[in-house]
Amino acid sequence: MKYLKLILSLVLTIVVFYVLNTKLGSVPPIAKFLNPYTGIWQNETPENVSGEMTISGFVEPVTIHYDDLLIPHIFAQNNTDLYRAQGYVTAKHRLWQLEFQTYAAAGRLSEIVGEGAINYDRQQRRLGMVYGAEQALAKMKGDSETMSYLQAYSDGINAHINSLEDENLPVEYKLLDYRPEPWNIKKTALLLMYMTKTLASREHDLEYTNALRIFGEDTFNKLYPDFFDIVDPVIPKDTDWSFVTAEQTARPLSEIPLDTIPETLPKPNPNNGSNNWAISGDKSATGNPMLANDPHLTLNLPSIWYVMQLSTPEHSSMGATLPGALGIISGFNTHIAWGVTNATRDLLDWYKIEFKDNKRTQYKYGDGWKNTTMRIEDIQIKNGKTIKDTVLYTHHGPVVYDHNFKGDNALSGYAMKWIGLEGGNNQSTFLDLNQAKNYNDYLNAIKPYVAPAQNFVFASTEGDIALWVQGKFPNKWEGQGKFLMDGSNPDHDWPEFIPQEFNAHTKNPKRGFVSSANQHPVDEQYPFYVFNDGYDTYRSRIINNFFRSKDKFSVEDLKGLQNSTFNLKASEMLPYILETMDTSSLTEDELKIYNEIKDWNFYSNIEKRAPSIWSTWWPKLYMKVWDEYEIEDVALDRPFAYQTIYMLTHMPNDEFMDIKETPETESAQDLFLMTFKETAKELIQWKVENGAYTYQKYKGTFVGHLLQGLPAFSRFELPIGGDGNTVNAMSKNHGPSWRMVIELSSPPQAYGIYPGGQSGNPGSIYYDNLIDDWAVGKYHKLNFLQTNEANEGIIGTKTIKPSNQ
Amino acid sequence: MNRNLINFLTTLLLAISFSFFLPWWSVMVAAILTAIVVPLKKSAVFFVPFFTIAIFWIGYSFLLGKDNDFILAKKVANLLSLGGNHYLLLLVTGVIGGLAAGIAGVFGKQLKSFSNTTEQ
Repeated sequence: MKYLKLILSLVLTIVVFYVLNTKLGSVPPIAKFLNPYTGIWQNETPENVSGEMTISGFVEPVTIHYDDLLIPHIFAQNNTDLYRAQGYVTAKHRLWQLEFQTYAAAGRLSEIVGEGAINYDRQQRRLGMVYGAEQALAKMKGDSETMSYLQAYSDGINAHINSLEDENLPVEYKLLDYRPEPWNIKKTALLLMYMTKTLASREHDLEYTNALRIFGEDTFNKLYPDFFDIVDPVIPKDTDWSFVTAEQTARPLSEIPLDTIPETLPKPNPNNGSNNWAISGDKSATGNPMLANDPHLTLNLPSIWYVMQLSTPEHSSMGATLPGALGIISGFNTHIAWGVTNATRDLLDWYKIEFKDNKRTQYKYGDGWKNTTMRIEDIQIKNGKTIKDTVLYTHHGPVVYDHNFKGDNALSGYAMKWIGLEGGNNQSTFLDLNQAKNYNDYLNAIKPYVAPAQNFVFASTEGDIALWVQGKFPNKWEGQGKFLMDGSNPDHDWPEFIPQEFNAHTKNPKRGFVSSANQHPVDEQYPFYVFNDGYDTYRSRIINNFFRSKDKFSVEDLKGLQNSTFNLKASEMLPYILETMDTSSLTEDELKIYNEIKDWNFYSNIEKRAPSIWSTWWPKLYMKVWDEYEIEDVALDRPFAYQTIYMLTHMPNDEFMDIKETPETESAQDLFLMTFKETAKELIQWKVENGAYTYQKYKGTFVGHLLQGLPAFSRFELPIGGDGNTVNAMSKNHGPSWRMVIELSSPPQAYGIYPGGQSGNPGSIYYDNLIDDWAVGKYHKLNFLQTNEANEGIIGTKTIKPSNQ
Repeated sequence: MNRNLINFLTTLLLAISFSFFLPWWSVMVAAILTAIVVPLKKSAVFFVPFFTIAIFWIGYSFLLGKDNDFILAKKVANLLSLGGNHYLLLLVTGVIGGLAAGIAGVFGKQLKSFSNTTEQ
């Protein structure tokens, strides 16, 4: 009996210990998680923003002034200390995100979250994300100055990681029960790959190939024109291209393989994009040039951006940084301001590879065979298991799709040629921009920049404005890379890159402004091959029309434009619908909804109901037009919205308007009525369940936590209007991730805001304190300190003392 | 002094001391040792260490949270489906610590009784 009691109580003690100390499903190890000494209660601490600390590695003292938004203003005596401090401070406030993003880039999420992430990790590996980071690192190694700053940044992050006790770990580590690993330079390269994938991996090659095969060439060209009539390109139409002395590569005589593939990898969000512009002194109400930038991304907490001021006695810059990368990415310094929007061209292509035999050690190329190289990817899983995946590399790039992955043929596969795997020292561009003083410095900074191609907007206190479409672009032949290519045909290889000086650009144009919103970079006059691969057709026209609408613009005008919810797309579609749709069959309830949208002024504002109607109606109409695309097991991408609207309004009786499964022949007008009735039904039902469908409630804008959108750490139903096609490009969870407006006075005056906060700790008031102001279009004046002295906006100062241990 | 009170104070003292160099399960060690040194009877074997640690954890957590207006506790209370109520989260924290200590106390008591009988 005694034995039994003893053993029973022992077993019970062990069981209780095990259950409370182990992560079970999504429940964290609960006693570890909740105990007051090392659990989440220790994260319940107000920000500590003052005091002195000693950190080894620093050469001279560094001062960090925190302002009332918790923006750090770092003052160092030299660049190495500056970037070491940037690493340290970023890690202090954003460690979990910093590390998580690079795990995601490297396809290592399974190590943290377990088996659920295996597919994601495998995709990252097959796309060569780690390979690409290694290529970039190899390029960066040739630049010892950049390498020394990267090392300093890395050491700064590690100084913070090494100082962490269990109790100081960010909440997410406690929730998932793991610890941070040391940072290294490769992780910075991985972060840059993460951005490259987000911004420069859009393509439709395999989908286009399928469409070409199914619909034929004539129809294909009707559905997917290279240019639209209304294109208002980044580089103005009247640009003189006579300085371009190179020619477009001649088109070889060859066939493209009309293969099929049932399923392709998930694509980056098509709304990933941005706005930027600069106006000259002549166009500015104050006489000083002005510049603005707002990058559109999926909105997460902690935010992708972290605002800082970085100063040495030689230079001082301020703006948005990317945790993991050095310097300011979108911002300004004492002399210039710069910003970026995505300038992607089709920079990811697919090649059909034919292997010699089942061993797959050789593939056909020209008249002979070329060797593949093998890269074995080990994917470790949280439970301790490891999965191996073998990826074959050709001279084009990795064979992403083969019989191991979304394919079924052991003798063939599809290899990817992607600018992201080219390698490049993109870090140096941003380091140089941070210290640039004028147009020439800016140009030298961006020249070596490879990918993701960006529209680098520029303005200086000297009065210059400019915009370069910068990246490495292969000089493709007409049609090259629009479809799957033949990997065995040397004529299909990427040609030489377009010489950098022939990249499209504009400096101090007569019209007095430069702008970009991910639209066509150039019109058809540009001497190199460009085709529409998903360029913007709405925001760009609203922006350019705005700057043509009057002579002078103020900072308030620019803020207003960034927050404009004018829906050009709706304004080009709805009047035609309302004019031609037969309303005689509408019921009373339907007629009420019809009148609501009829009275709309095309502003997608939160208090209105019409934008809710439009946002339900348009996708239904779009899908109905392209019912021909509902083919099982064939990857297809429907034509772009602009072309769809063009066909609806100009070719209402086109064969595509017909719904194939009905015996009748439908016209555009039939589709309008049909989809309107479906829309009305859905809205009436929504109203029964949720009340009035005012746009704020109906759209349900949210900013989700980076870890699977954990609702407890996210923000919902934010009061912000707009949709993916308005300048304020805010759809449900994707939109302006940072807004800044800068006046190039001396020193510059800057205003910024982003949907998040400076702290990554959900227990901090600075975790999400900027969201409410951001949603309603307010900005905060950035406290650009001119000297290493706290002013009234500073709430605390920390000093780092060097130690020589 | 009341034996229950002595056990309470000993458990508390040991738990606080051990927490400086041991993880959360220091409360289990404290309860086992106390049960051997100051053995209790019947349900007190479980409930005295249970309430000691529950009060300790709730009290300490409350002190940490109140200076920050329980911003994080409210969110974690959402995460753990406690309706965002930080008082409930405090209670759960106390119950978990208490449970670990209580069960450990029972084990300590059995260890004590076992060694007593084998010595005789």
